[in-house]
Amino acid sequence: MSYRQARWSEPSIFTISSKGRTGHNPPKPDSKEVEVAGDPSTLLPTELRRSKPPELPELSEVEVVRHYVRLTQMNFGVDTGTYPLGSCTMKYNPKICDKLSSSPKIRDIHPLQDESTTQGILKILYNLSKMLEEITGMSRFSLQPAAGAHGEYTGALMIRAYHAAKGEGDRRSEMLIPDSAHGTNPASAAMAGFKTVIIPTSSSGYLDLEAVKSVVSGHTAGLMLTNPNTLGIFERNILEISEIIHSVGGLLYYDGANMNAILGKTRPKEMGFDIVHLNLHKTFGTPHGGGGPGAGPVGVVEELEDFLPVPLISREGDRYFLDYDRPRSIGKVKSFHGNIAVLLRAYIYILCLGFEGLEAASEFSVLNANYLAKKILQGGKYTIPYYPGRLVKHEFVLSAEEIYRETGVRAWDISKRLLDYGIHSPTTYFPQIVEESLMFEPTETESKECLDKLVYAMNMVAEEAYSNPATLKKAPHSTSKGRVDEAKASHPETMCLSWRMKRRLNSGR
Amino acid sequence: MSGRMVHHYIPNSSPNTLKMMLDEMGLNSIDELYVDIPDSVRLRRRLDIPKAMSEYEVERHVEDLLSKNKTVFDAPCFLGGGCWPHYVPAAVDMVVGRSEFATSYTPYQAEASQGILQALFEYQSMICELTEMDYANSSMYDWATALGEAARMAGRVTGRSEIIIPYYMDPHRASTLKVYSEPAGMKVLTCMQDPVTGQIVAEKLQEKITSQTAAVYIENPSYLGFFESQIDLISDLAHEKGSLLIVGVDPISLGIVKPPGEYGADIVVGEGQPLGNHMNYGGPTLGIFACSGNRLLRQMPGRIVGLTSTLEGMEEAYCLVHQTREQHIRREKATSNICTNETLCAVAAAVYLSLLGPEGLRRLCETIMTKSHYAMKILNSIDGVKTPIFEAAHFKEFTVNFEDTGRRVDEIHRRLLERGIQAGKVLKEYPELGEASLYCVTEVHTREMIDSLADNIRDILR
Repeated sequence: MSYRQARWSEPSIFTISSKGRTGHNPPKPDSKEVEVAGDPSTLLPTELRRSKPPELPELSEVEVVRHYVRLTQMNFGVDTGTYPLGSCTMKYNPKICDKLSSSPKIRDIHPLQDESTTQGILKILYNLSKMLEEITGMSRFSLQPAAGAHGEYTGALMIRAYHAAKGEGDRRSEMLIPDSAHGTNPASAAMAGFKTVIIPTSSSGYLDLEAVKSVVSGHTAGLMLTNPNTLGIFERNILEISEIIHSVGGLLYYDGANMNAILGKTRPKEMGFDIVHLNLHKTFGTPHGGGGPGAGPVGVVEELEDFLPVPLISREGDRYFLDYDRPRSIGKVKSFHGNIAVLLRAYIYILCLGFEGLEAASEFSVLNANYLAKKILQGGKYTIPYYPGRLVKHEFVLSAEEIYRETGVRAWDISKRLLDYGIHSPTTYFPQIVEESLMFEPTETESKECLDKLVYAMNMVAEEAYSNPATLKKAPHSTSKGRVDEAKASHPETMCLSWRMKRRLNSGR
Repeated sequence: MSGRMVHHYIPNSSPNTLKMMLDEMGLNSIDELYVDIPDSVRLRRRLDIPKAMSEYEVERHVEDLLSKNKTVFDAPCFLGGGCWPHYVPAAVDMVVGRSEFATSYTPYQAEASQGILQALFEYQSMICELTEMDYANSSMYDWATALGEAARMAGRVTGRSEIIIPYYMDPHRASTLKVYSEPAGMKVLTCMQDPVTGQIVAEKLQEKITSQTAAVYIENPSYLGFFESQIDLISDLAHEKGSLLIVGVDPISLGIVKPPGEYGADIVVGEGQPLGNHMNYGGPTLGIFACSGNRLLRQMPGRIVGLTSTLEGMEEAYCLVHQTREQHIRREKATSNICTNETLCAVAAAVYLSLLGPEGLRRLCETIMTKSHYAMKILNSIDGVKTPIFEAAHFKEFTVNFEDTGRRVDEIHRRLLERGIQAGKVLKEYPELGEASLYCVTEVHTREMIDSLADNIRDILR
């Protein structure tokens, strides 16, 4: 084991506060402004004033900087090490994207500026839309959604609008969703007002076609699917699925979370999809930011273009503009035009890779996943329950059921122990159809040496499950903190969600 | 495999490594890993995307395009309306630029993610202090979607189906609210505001609130910059009928303005962009979401970080809590579908608030109010220009009416732009206000900028 995460005993910022200090002096008004405007304390009526100042920390700049720098040192990112978190596509984030997107020429632009002053960014957004259209085969994209789930919600609303426009809004109440789908799919469909109908996975890991046939009807609004699916298996019957859904008047929604496997190999269009969202923070290399911001642009086939949220980025000759003149649009799904700084990064990423690089990204993500799967299986302690043709795409789902049965060590423990090797845990207990699941997505940016190290670590952990399960169950040991008591964190009696709650708990109330 | 490009983000694309891996797997080429994709769906051509550019070429290309943009400093800008120019201290950019934060995922593995968890806990704590609410989540996409989620949450908590919003409200925010609430079977009703004072007409509000009202929503300061002063009355009217009070805020104003928790708000939403986040042409920004009371906490959307301890040694530690509300556990029964949010923007807000502290924030608020009131006075001294339109206290935004100048606001703004000044937002959505627009003045506006605006308007009107 070679990894040691920083272990600062960094107190809450509230406890290191010292009255009267400040970390930033904002500009002051000049004397003429004060003279004309009048005494600032008279500009706000008493009934609108806060009764006491907010209890924010009081610190100098250096203290704030040290506090947060120490916190960053207690955080594991892609730049720290291998991050094989399945379905999250934690690939390397090229630094040029960050550099260029921190230009004042994008940071200091207001969203409501006259279009004559924003032609540069509008052209970039327009170009990006065209690239995403080409990559997916869709005919038009909206860049507005802020995340994958936001894109799904937008897509689900468009499915509603489409059926409503055909006079079938009330009837088309059911959204079909595989049992292996990302949790956001059923949540988004339900938010959009659909009843979710769950489709089982067949024993070979594909969507159960017979089950699809048995539930489709005039009530079917659509099917939400990711391909390759979350088992990492390419749904080879996708055209038949498309045919079944379309034959009853439903639409096919592509969850683009797994797009990283197929760039340049196939496209949602060729597979028969009508709506697509892409996670730019997955496939297109923008940083995840500890949970955001991301971007989840949505593309559609021609028949659905009218329903896209406003504004679209349109072009007239050499002029680019925000197109709000779209009477059948579902409306706005967010303030303004989208997560522009993320969109800009994705544009830069695509330019850096080019068509060959995008295809190579997918190829090597698939090569890495298959290499890793094969090597881990050679150890003999893990299985891959769904493994048709012994081939996966960009990710695969391992089961540690045998280890659990024989030693009591769970997938959760194994994933925690990997942290001690300087490797981030895979996704655990998802998809729920695999017992004691560990879902790995190495991505194309991990070297063979990193993959070999991961294989070694998995073998060592499997051995340890038999030789020293107690250590394993208490893992991790090399991280900033040992195993965290998550049950206590959510228990009503001990729950503490803010510093003010902590103060209350401390004072015994 | 000759001729394959060795790509600098793809370590195994070197011929040696590729050959080693293929050999170990008994494969001749990567193509063999794609045999499971049926020919019928294969793309039999290259993607029509430009070929790879060197990093240098990309930089030139992108900077060339970006140089066509005019920033709010290239041409002084008086736009607000939900996104506002504020100064971002350098220390904020430094922290959010740290790649340990930027390149991490959602902190599901608490032990390896204590840094971002603690930063988010501190963010939540500071939002609770600013708003005087019990709980804050770790972020929503933006103000508009936070409001949409708040309406749905109010519907779930009360079992009712209507939300009442003020007449003067950002049309884009109102549109987003509808897009979020209507699929939940909710209806959005509008409450009249006094055309002279902008204040909610209490009798009209009282009539509108029924046993079907899930929530009354007000904004303070409002979209048009003025304050709503009958806050206690509105709060009482809502609560008397068992409705919730949702308040939308510009968090920076809370350095001096009465926080919604002091007048009984049940849910607070707002736009956190002013707290250390650049405008970025409108995104990403930061949706603030806070609530009070246990009944509401259980229905809150989004991620929440809690303080707990380690199992061994009882050291303080942080982790995500109440994940059973969330989509990855609860699926179609989740309180929201939100997964990826705006974490890094929340971290920026925490660093920003730590830097300013209560006193810095108070002084900043006073600077903003002084400068905006200076601007109003100076503009108001121009013949035919009236500002503000509403007789009420204002914060950093204010309406300007050019009706009595006999000129169209569009034309005045166009001519200002020709002179290198980006004027306010034309209020096309309220034709009854006349030739009206919404201006914004903050600490970034120097007196020279404001004076130049006034001089140029005067000159154009001459």
